[in-house]
Amino acid sequence: MNAFDFLIRNRAEVLQLTLEHLLLVARAMVLAIPLGVLLGIALTRHKALRQWILGAANVIQTVPSLALFGFLIPVPLIGGIGDRTAIVALTLYALLPIIRNTFAGIAGVDRAVAEAARGMGMTEGQVLRQVEIPLALGVILAGIRVATVISVGVATIAAAIGAGGLGMYIFRGVAMVNNQVILAGAIPAAILAVLADVSLGWAERRLTAR
Amino acid sequence: METAAEHGSVIECRGVWYHADGGPPRAQPQRRALVSDLSLQVQGGETLILLGRSGSGKTTTLKLINRLLEPTSGEVLVEGRRTTDWDPICLRRRIGYVIQEVGLFPHFTIARNVGLVPSLEGWEAPRVQARVQEMLRLVGLDPGQFAPRRPHELSGGQRQRVGVARALAADPPILLMDEPFGALDPVTRAELQQEFRQLAARLGKTIVFVTHDVREALLLGTRIALLAGGKLVAVHPAKEFLRGPEAEVKEFVRALGAGDAALDPKPETENP
Repeated sequence: MNAFDFLIRNRAEVLQLTLEHLLLVARAMVLAIPLGVLLGIALTRHKALRQWILGAANVIQTVPSLALFGFLIPVPLIGGIGDRTAIVALTLYALLPIIRNTFAGIAGVDRAVAEAARGMGMTEGQVLRQVEIPLALGVILAGIRVATVISVGVATIAAAIGAGGLGMYIFRGVAMVNNQVILAGAIPAAILAVLADVSLGWAERRLTAR
Repeated sequence: METAAEHGSVIECRGVWYHADGGPPRAQPQRRALVSDLSLQVQGGETLILLGRSGSGKTTTLKLINRLLEPTSGEVLVEGRRTTDWDPICLRRRIGYVIQEVGLFPHFTIARNVGLVPSLEGWEAPRVQARVQEMLRLVGLDPGQFAPRRPHELSGGQRQRVGVARALAADPPILLMDEPFGALDPVTRAELQQEFRQLAARLGKTIVFVTHDVREALLLGTRIALLAGGKLVAVHPAKEFLRGPEAEVKEFVRALGAGDAALDPKPETENP
């Protein structure tokens, strides 16, 4: 019996785990995108925040993902066993690329353009909304895309703390020393990652078309 | 504009100092002043040229007028009011601003670029559109052809024309121009200088124009203010600038070169 037979025979469960997996990622991104973009914008406005926020996001990124899930379990309110903890961990993981790209995108807007905008009497909000964000959009979206693809991969580890998703098969397969079961989790996860990358890439091109 | 008339000048700098990192000047006495003790008046309807080398404080002075920068000490008055008392947004919308890099918004059409300030001011769409057409014609661009294009489809000279049209769109009484023709090829530059001269005479705006090019200063200016190292060295009517007695003026006049012997009244021998 190969991995595909296993997938087809267990399609109901595979579908359910895939859905769980997607929901984990989606809920994490719903938190990470606004938070990351806002923090990225804050960095362009307040120099003093830069090293702190980027530093913190970098440190989070260096924590091995399995350890991060583990660390969060005893934390009150956000911790515990289950998907809430997993979503917090995924959100933290997704923040760095979004913050960094938002900051770099806005900082990379032609200084003459931003200065002309201010010199013409645009308010800070107008400069941000009408000039800086539209011009930085491609870079910001690229950050969101990277963050999403990373989250699809990292979310397989959520199964370790009882949050479900395709990681269930992977952990089960490792415990059973059964490659088919591992692949039953890994293949759909890889497909999800590719689909996320392709569809967000398409959205990126659509939104930044000149 | 009674306040301006009362005052005799539309823009006035009184003992203006500017240090790059802000704060009181005593905090770091050895800090280099970008503008030191500048006092200057710009009369209504004149074109005042700020002439100087790079780093002489010309651009800084311009930014102090539209409050992109605030003086460390001293005051800048626009229409009789300190810039720090103006709402910066109101102030800037009364002042057209043209910079060398033009700074057109690459994601907007030419029409939207030109109509930006009128739109921000809440004009209705048909009025903005009519104004855009009028402004494009004023700077010699066919609205039908150029309005729907994007800045990257235009040549440098055309972009700079759009920059001027954009600055004039809301009919501001004051115009600040920071080396607007500096990045253009010599032929296009000469063309735009001539057109600008006629435009300035026709529109009667109060203009402060920054350049490092004496020829341009002589051609376009009503008066020429020479800056060096952040200090005002001399202010002369454009016609008398070449005969200015100050050493720095002579240096600039000499830079006009031997090819301009006709223009150059040999300042060395004129020294009293």
